[in-house]
Amino acid sequence: MTDIAATDPLPKPKRDLAPILLPIALALVTIPLIGSPSTWLTLTAASLAMGMMIFIMASGLTLVFGLMDVLNFGHGAFIAVGAYVATLVLAPFAASVQADSLWVNLAVLAPAALLSMAVSGALGLVVERVLILPVYGQHLKQILMTTGGLIVAEQTMYALWGPQIIPMPLPTSLRGSFIFGDVAIAKYRVLAMLIGLAVFIAIQLVLNRTKLGLLIRAGVENREMVEALGYRIRRLFLGVFMTGSALAGLGGVMWALYREQVHASMSDELTVLIFVVVIIGGLGSIGGCFIGAILVAMVANYGGFLVPKLALVSNILLMVAILMWRPRGLYAVTSR
Amino acid sequence: MMILSGDPPRSRVLTLLLVVIILALAATPFLFPGAKALNVAAKICVFAALVASYDLLLGYTGSVSFAHTMFYGIGSYAIAIALYGMGPNWGAVATGIVVGLPLAALLALAIGLFSLRVAAIFFAMITLAVASAFQVLASQLSWLTGGEDGRSFQLPELLRPGTVLISKNLFGFEINGRILTFYLVFAVSALMILALLRVVNSPFGRVLQAIRENRFRAEALGFRTVFHLTYANCLAALVAASAGILNALWLRYAGPDTSLSFSIMLDILLMVVIGGMGTIYGAIIGATIFILAQNYLQSLMGVASKAASEAGLPLLPGLLHPDRWLLWLGLLFIASVYFFPTGVVGRLRNSGGDKSTGASH
Repeated sequence: MTDIAATDPLPKPKRDLAPILLPIALALVTIPLIGSPSTWLTLTAASLAMGMMIFIMASGLTLVFGLMDVLNFGHGAFIAVGAYVATLVLAPFAASVQADSLWVNLAVLAPAALLSMAVSGALGLVVERVLILPVYGQHLKQILMTTGGLIVAEQTMYALWGPQIIPMPLPTSLRGSFIFGDVAIAKYRVLAMLIGLAVFIAIQLVLNRTKLGLLIRAGVENREMVEALGYRIRRLFLGVFMTGSALAGLGGVMWALYREQVHASMSDELTVLIFVVVIIGGLGSIGGCFIGAILVAMVANYGGFLVPKLALVSNILLMVAILMWRPRGLYAVTSR
Repeated sequence: MMILSGDPPRSRVLTLLLVVIILALAATPFLFPGAKALNVAAKICVFAALVASYDLLLGYTGSVSFAHTMFYGIGSYAIAIALYGMGPNWGAVATGIVVGLPLAALLALAIGLFSLRVAAIFFAMITLAVASAFQVLASQLSWLTGGEDGRSFQLPELLRPGTVLISKNLFGFEINGRILTFYLVFAVSALMILALLRVVNSPFGRVLQAIRENRFRAEALGFRTVFHLTYANCLAALVAASAGILNALWLRYAGPDTSLSFSIMLDILLMVVIGGMGTIYGAIIGATIFILAQNYLQSLMGVASKAASEAGLPLLPGLLHPDRWLLWLGLLFIASVYFFPTGVVGRLRNSGGDKSTGASH
């Protein structure tokens, strides 16, 4: 028996590094396959930017599942709502969007993004109260309810904004690329990477360094125990749900700017992508979701460059491969 | 009662409704003249079978699959590609069936073994991902599937509208190849629904229900739940693929919009829930209500939308536009999951008569 003195530090959980190394390894392996280093750098930057945007959209979904065991099949609706709300701001101020000054551009973009987040967050409140509250603990009904919510939300967007694709041009100062030698990295991708990284760090700080985060993590581990200690976990969950919806709205704005268009069906296409990311990451894990999003984006970008035909099913192949390796995803958080 | 596998409708109103629906469907070629009525009737038959097979999954095992249209599409495309490539003969029909059905079953087996080991929620997400990949694949492999345009083809001689089997002067009705095709669709759909009724009332079906109610307990009783769930998944896929074959034969066409799109998956979900999960009969009721609404309610909404826009009301014309009928159906869907989760059939069974067996869950 080994003695443990009272002054010894608490035993730390083992760090699981393999999933973190996976995207790095994938990136290194593709260097010789792609050949030209400048193409490789451009592709890597593109995957990181795309991965960050997907992460922003998926983070809410995985947290909500981890905390309350609720899978929201209508999560994609928040993305589309966010994008549509942004057009409401950006369209009347088209002149400022076209202006060739970063600060003028950001002065329109930032309020647009904030308004999108506010509206999707508020919508999240309504959805949680109306659709999800009555069916806690019943998976089948949750899936049915949220799918119904998705139908209604999509159709309402069609009714309000019409079935046509709405163009959403990038602000002038975010067009073009930074050129380093023969490497070109689009300016908007750099912005997307910065925002994504900021969101990831913010979530990690809140989860790991605040009392709120402690409660959320405790709730993911054992809901009943947190309730027994006297915390209102329902209210905590409502907060997480609204934050997740707001993040989905932010991701929607960013994705719409990336594609430079808005359409109600964008939620369908992204829902599948987000599900793949959340499954790969391990339901409920933020870190896993982050790595999963980057992996999915890398496979899409490298795959699209190397074997264009394969890109169609690359997500599924990636998911199958990861689940063969770890059946519960990269980081299994919940015991469910 | 042998033919119903000892599982009668158990409600007078329901029995009456079913009899009326089935008689009306059977007599459609004679009662309601015109191509539209026949089309609607054929679609109801195909979807009743398709929805019943989905009910085997959703209602009896409690697992939500979003890949059901994939199997439906495999059936449709198999017969379409065979008839398109080999010309309109019975050999091509047989080839389509021999290739399509095992393909669907194998894919269902693979998905089932891969994802049914874990929670129901995993299965739902994985089927969604696989189905969307399949949809992209079908629209991209245009040399095989015709891409977004799909494949149109000709039917064998006997089933063509031009083939007159019994001329008009005998009964006052002309029996041609089209009507023969309709009865083929009707008969095969009816057979499949009866077969599903047989499956769910067998000991195997009881185990499925046990798994739905409490998987852990079913496992503890010694049933291999993964085997049962996968088997049910394969059976449902087979019936769905057969329904796809019927649909392609009736439309003489297979394309992404008629057989693979996600909106068909939502339609199926709506039909199961509105009709009543876990009843099989609900499929017939749900399909009938939904498809009648789809075909006739839309024109009604058009009238209402016009009236609203003439009255100068804001927003309402947009919400009542015929293309937005899914919005109202979505609201109905949420309301029915919330207020009467057992659907029309469950409601009818609980309101009248046999309380002892009706209120099982």
